[in-house]
Amino acid sequence: MKCDIILSGVGGQGILTIAAAIGMAALENDLYLKQAEVHGMSQRGGAVQSNLRLSDKEIASDLIPYGQADLILSVEPMESLRYLPYLSDNGWLVTNSKPFINIPDYPDIEKIMEEIKKNPNHLILDADKMAMDLGSPRSANIIMLGAASLYIDIPIENFEKGIQKLFGRKGEEVVKVNIEALHKGRDYGKSAQLTN
Amino acid sequence: MQRLMLLGDEAIGQGAIDGGMSGIYAYPGTPSTEIMEYVQNSKEAAEKEIQREWSANEKTAMEAALGMSYAGKRSMVCMKHVGLNVAADPFMNSAITGVHGGLLVVSADDPSMHSSQNEQDSRFYGKFAMIPILEPSNQQEAYNMAYTGFELSEKLGVPVLIRITTRLSHSRSGVEKQQSKTQRELSLPEDLKQFILLPANARKRYANLVKSQPAFEAVAEDSKFNELYPGKNRKLGIIACGIAYNYLMENFRDQKPEYPILKISHYPIPRKKVEKLLFSCKEVLIMEEGYPLVEEMLKGFQEKGTKIKGRLDGSLPRVGELDPNHVAKSLGKKVHYGSKIPDFVPDRPPALCKGCGHADVFNALNEALEKYGKGKVFSDIGCYTLGALPPYNAINSCVDMGASITMAIGATDAGLKPSVAVIGDSTFTHSGMTGLLDAVYKKSPITLIISDNYTTAMTGGQFSLATNRLEQICLGLGVEKEHLRILVPLKKNHDDNVKIIKEELKYSGVSVILAQRECVQTLLKKKRNQKPVTSNQ
Repeated sequence: MKCDIILSGVGGQGILTIAAAIGMAALENDLYLKQAEVHGMSQRGGAVQSNLRLSDKEIASDLIPYGQADLILSVEPMESLRYLPYLSDNGWLVTNSKPFINIPDYPDIEKIMEEIKKNPNHLILDADKMAMDLGSPRSANIIMLGAASLYIDIPIENFEKGIQKLFGRKGEEVVKVNIEALHKGRDYGKSAQLTN
Repeated sequence: MQRLMLLGDEAIGQGAIDGGMSGIYAYPGTPSTEIMEYVQNSKEAAEKEIQREWSANEKTAMEAALGMSYAGKRSMVCMKHVGLNVAADPFMNSAITGVHGGLLVVSADDPSMHSSQNEQDSRFYGKFAMIPILEPSNQQEAYNMAYTGFELSEKLGVPVLIRITTRLSHSRSGVEKQQSKTQRELSLPEDLKQFILLPANARKRYANLVKSQPAFEAVAEDSKFNELYPGKNRKLGIIACGIAYNYLMENFRDQKPEYPILKISHYPIPRKKVEKLLFSCKEVLIMEEGYPLVEEMLKGFQEKGTKIKGRLDGSLPRVGELDPNHVAKSLGKKVHYGSKIPDFVPDRPPALCKGCGHADVFNALNEALEKYGKGKVFSDIGCYTLGALPPYNAINSCVDMGASITMAIGATDAGLKPSVAVIGDSTFTHSGMTGLLDAVYKKSPITLIISDNYTTAMTGGQFSLATNRLEQICLGLGVEKEHLRILVPLKKNHDDNVKIIKEELKYSGVSVILAQRECVQTLLKKKRNQKPVTSNQ
């Protein structure tokens, strides 16, 4: 098993939480893992990404080579496009639809959506709205993870265990709502697959 | 064995804790910050009562670490690459004094300048000081090097430099922990003159350092961190240093490399191993993160014999960090790109946070300076450097820690009026205070704005030694009470703040304006920690 994931978004959107959740799930599965993060200046509202590599064999590079990512998981639509050169021919692009506009030249959102849809394997979801409906606006990233989990070869129970570990110290309520968010994202992804 | 998921930085922190460290000293700087943070948050370090407070700057940190070594205990000092410039004086001289307790100096380089002013290669400092350098290729090696580094330092009698780069600092992977060693007892050096670098002593110590070089090389030759792997195809030999080894192996994921490979992670360069490779291969390709240090040494002036390829002949790019793609190209492999980034996707540079006090400082300063025209503001290293970008376009320099004040002095000496300096609180106590003393002594007509957000913000909100001390420091350095003004950078105070800045711009002596408001990020963090939340944003 090999799964190379690029997580993308804007500094402050919390992509490292998603990375940590996948990381915990991967450990439950006894996989090798490497996760390159961005710290420092870019975290102040700039474009950020994390390279997350999972494998049942030892991993050499901390960085994913061009054309080899199995999944781009983006919490911001325009940012999902910035890493297209890394996506493999059969890779999946899973992105949140809600734009984060903190630059004056942010392009037309329709144009962005059109470009995302050019990818044969794409999944777009309004995670912010879904999290709001769930009554937990901060769980948007875990909803994104739930949708993307369909394309990561790790059993869903291990994602649940990962979330349990990640949010455990914040109390049972927090764990419960995030596991709910995980399934909500995953179910949405499944139904989108059926309609395609 | 316990397996931990650690950043390269954290692996060094844990390795040092387990290696019997008694004290760690540092000033925050990307990509090195997480070493100290890890030790500060470690329960184990607390139980072992390891000293672990931030220092005012890298020089004070280096000296404190050397002091602990003098007293017989194991110490570590951590910094970013440009921090080693600040610590260069004690660093160079610590090679001459040598150590008593083991001393590890960690310098984290930032090739491609993700968060820095340059991409200098710390290995040159190690070579300059003539001490051993360890350059880990992965997180486990980072742990192992910190774990065994103290003993290496004690055995060879000198500090040991650990050099890492951004990708390893900030990448996480599984690390196996070793059994924890006990700390050393307090003890004085055998020779109480060892650390006195009076010329007569210094000459002896330096001669000793020079004489020790073959021994350092012999240890590197046998080091488990340097390894020569045989290969059948002798058309090409490869030398891969530090993390470059991982990028190389990434390109041979499903097969064994056909070429002989020398992995170097312990310097001085293992001469015999290099010669073996050099004389058995037609060409040698050198992969190293940062400057072409090994390549230049092997290339020399007369290019005869084995052809040397690397960053100097264009086989690899001369600047910026390496990655698996550059390495693939240098091996003649085809790189398979995904699809292109659409042309309409603009860059998204970092920006001051919404509600940041620095923004209000720049808005007020810009208005106060309107009648004087552009080009009057010297600034410094920190979040407020982002004042250089639109919509503020408020500053004209960013060079090194503290340079805002001293450059403003020089510029006003040349006739520039007004001459303004903008510096943050932590940068001011790092390297700005001495410059302010220069200004007070010379009565330089400069206006200094200290934008005080009560934290070292850019690196993630570490404790700032300046907090609640700035007024007293400025007065103590001799700033006149009437020209030490305090304001709160808030939108609602804008007009008052513009007025204060305008008044001080007119004064032809040293003015200090303290603009004080808490960083919005640390404020948010505090609020979040007060109530349970659902996501770690």
